[in-house]
Amino acid sequence: MINRTKMPELDPLLRNKIFEEVAKGFDISQVKIEASRCLDCKNPRCVNACPVNIDIPKFIRLIVEEKYQEAYCTVYQDNILPAVCGRVCPQEKQCEGACVLGIKYEPVAIGALERFLGDYSLKNNYLKNEEIIENHKKVAIIGSGPAGLACAATTRRMGYSVEVYEALHEFGGVLKYGIPEFRLPKAIVDTEILRLEKLGIVFHKNVIIGKTLTINQLFKEYDYKAVFIGSGAGLPSSLGIKGENLNGVYYANEFLTRVNLMKANNFPNSATPIKVGETVAVVGGGNVAIDAARTAKRLGAKNVYIVYRRNMEALPARLEEIHHAIAEGIEFKLLLNPVEIIGFDYEIKQIKCQVMKLGKKDESGRQRPIPTDDFETIDVNNLIVAIGQSPNPIIKKTTPDLIVDDWGRIIVNNYQTSIPGVFAGGDIVTGAATVILAMGAGKEAAKRINDYILTLK
Amino acid sequence: MYEIINKKKLNNDVDLMVIHAPLVAKNTLPGNFVIIRVNSSGERIPLTIVENDKETITIISQKVGFTTKLLGEMKIGDSLEDVVGPLGLKAEIKRVNKVIGIAGGVGAAPLYPQLKAYHDQGTIVDLVIGAQNKEHLLLLDKFEKIVDNIYICTDDGSLGTKGFVTNALDNLLKYNSYDLAIAIGPLIMMKNVVELNKKHQLKTYVSLNPIMIDGTGMCGNCRVSINGKTYFACVDGPDFPGEGIDFDELIHRQTYYKKEEHICNLRLGKKDD
Repeated sequence: MINRTKMPELDPLLRNKIFEEVAKGFDISQVKIEASRCLDCKNPRCVNACPVNIDIPKFIRLIVEEKYQEAYCTVYQDNILPAVCGRVCPQEKQCEGACVLGIKYEPVAIGALERFLGDYSLKNNYLKNEEIIENHKKVAIIGSGPAGLACAATTRRMGYSVEVYEALHEFGGVLKYGIPEFRLPKAIVDTEILRLEKLGIVFHKNVIIGKTLTINQLFKEYDYKAVFIGSGAGLPSSLGIKGENLNGVYYANEFLTRVNLMKANNFPNSATPIKVGETVAVVGGGNVAIDAARTAKRLGAKNVYIVYRRNMEALPARLEEIHHAIAEGIEFKLLLNPVEIIGFDYEIKQIKCQVMKLGKKDESGRQRPIPTDDFETIDVNNLIVAIGQSPNPIIKKTTPDLIVDDWGRIIVNNYQTSIPGVFAGGDIVTGAATVILAMGAGKEAAKRINDYILTLK
Repeated sequence: MYEIINKKKLNNDVDLMVIHAPLVAKNTLPGNFVIIRVNSSGERIPLTIVENDKETITIISQKVGFTTKLLGEMKIGDSLEDVVGPLGLKAEIKRVNKVIGIAGGVGAAPLYPQLKAYHDQGTIVDLVIGAQNKEHLLLLDKFEKIVDNIYICTDDGSLGTKGFVTNALDNLLKYNSYDLAIAIGPLIMMKNVVELNKKHQLKTYVSLNPIMIDGTGMCGNCRVSINGKTYFACVDGPDFPGEGIDFDELIHRQTYYKKEEHICNLRLGKKDD
């Protein structure tokens, strides 16, 4: 068996100063070699492991046959954002994690192949014309992130008149404000979304459902037959320790939004500022923490630490990003848990961390961190808090009949909320998860929306 | 795009603008604010909605920072890049007999819709209004229609009593009692008013306007410590009971980007040359 093709990347010491995309993608010869490694299994485990069930063996077969357009259409049928997902999916936990080749060798680089097809289609401006048989029934989608976009595309293909409402001034949700340019170029997000506009989906920016319009108004005044809520997990979790509101302490959402959405890295050409000192600590071990750390490095921080209360193996971030971070000079300070932020004149100076040790495995299958009596103090100029997000509460607050759980997540039964005609999916239901899980939810919810509207007279 | 359909210069630093934004106006209630972006490379900044009708919202803005200066350069017929809202919780208009409003400088703008709502429900409304000078006293004609007694003060004595609003308020509270106070102005003024009112057992509500980005509770930039607990001004406010607020922390948070603001202002100056 030939080895898995390596993704070409920008040199780590060059790239950690700029925002250009790190992973450069396969060229056509690399794609052919990598595609030829697929065993084309009779019972492909990869398809089931994909949250949107892309027909992976089929698109790889089409690549081998050099039918790139057909291969793209195969992916696009199930995933309207292949160039995005090829870049940001945690493939090692999904399709590639299930690949039989991985048992003895290394799995097929399915994500890189998907990305190639997405980029190929965008570069060559290739898109299959989809014929839509209009049924003239209206569906409203709240949020233009992964869940909303997937639901919009699926309901549109069924013939519905679909309108998407976005609270911010750009479309894409977390793809825009959360994931950095060096991992997901914003031009790619925009182009993939533009394709949905061509499909006949109508997009409205600057509309906050729950404020600008209520869900009730959508039904009563705008004649929507169904509403899908995909408003995401936009409420940062706090450490709940002393000093969190000192100057220089950011929630990751703010830090990343300033750069990704507001382009603070181009300050003062872009008017939104950001401040990064010589030493920056990021608390947390997920993708958001790694993104924040790598962003801080690029903004000029000399020392960037990931402070995490478990060990390296337990980091929930995508494996590739952890490797990228290490190569770029991000230091991991493990088994440490911040307990106090120490400041002077209302500005952060130090973080005091409790040293942790590992105990028995917890329900997540990882060893539970247990506090010891030891403490460590680290001098820092900034602290970025990246320990998770909970669902944004705005819709709940103005929709009293909408039932949520103790964490603010909307309770659904098969994507149906407590209000007839109102469906929900993505992070607003599950809490913060991944792009592709949200897309899977949006796609499935679309089917339930169709079932529901068909029962209306 | 959001067209500026009317603009009035209230003084050298402060403009009133009427903006075409029917969808924002639709659900607007007293106390709500909008977030605007002047142009496509602009910051997102919060501004209180002073008035609204079916098609428009009215904002009042003081040219203090880069973005508000940029906004001040906009003319009738120009359009703003983005206007989103109405944001924040509506002001809670309580069923009381007598309230006192305290306005400092441009704080008169967000105070107006609240006092008007009190007046409209039959509450007796008194107002202490202060500014650096006569020119900077805002909306006096509008306030005169809705308040029962108005007490004016200016730093330079060009109109009303010379001195701060706290001096005027202190005098007033010696002989009058109120059910509650609403103070909107610079942070230091609100801090001092709250301290003063505490001595008179008078509860004070304030309206906060910290740095914000999204305005929907997503970024957490606008956090405020109240009695040791953290609140987000954009979704939990902008109005809060003043007594437990850590004003000193807020004052420092407000100045975190002062140097960057200066860099932007220099560019603004260059553009004029």
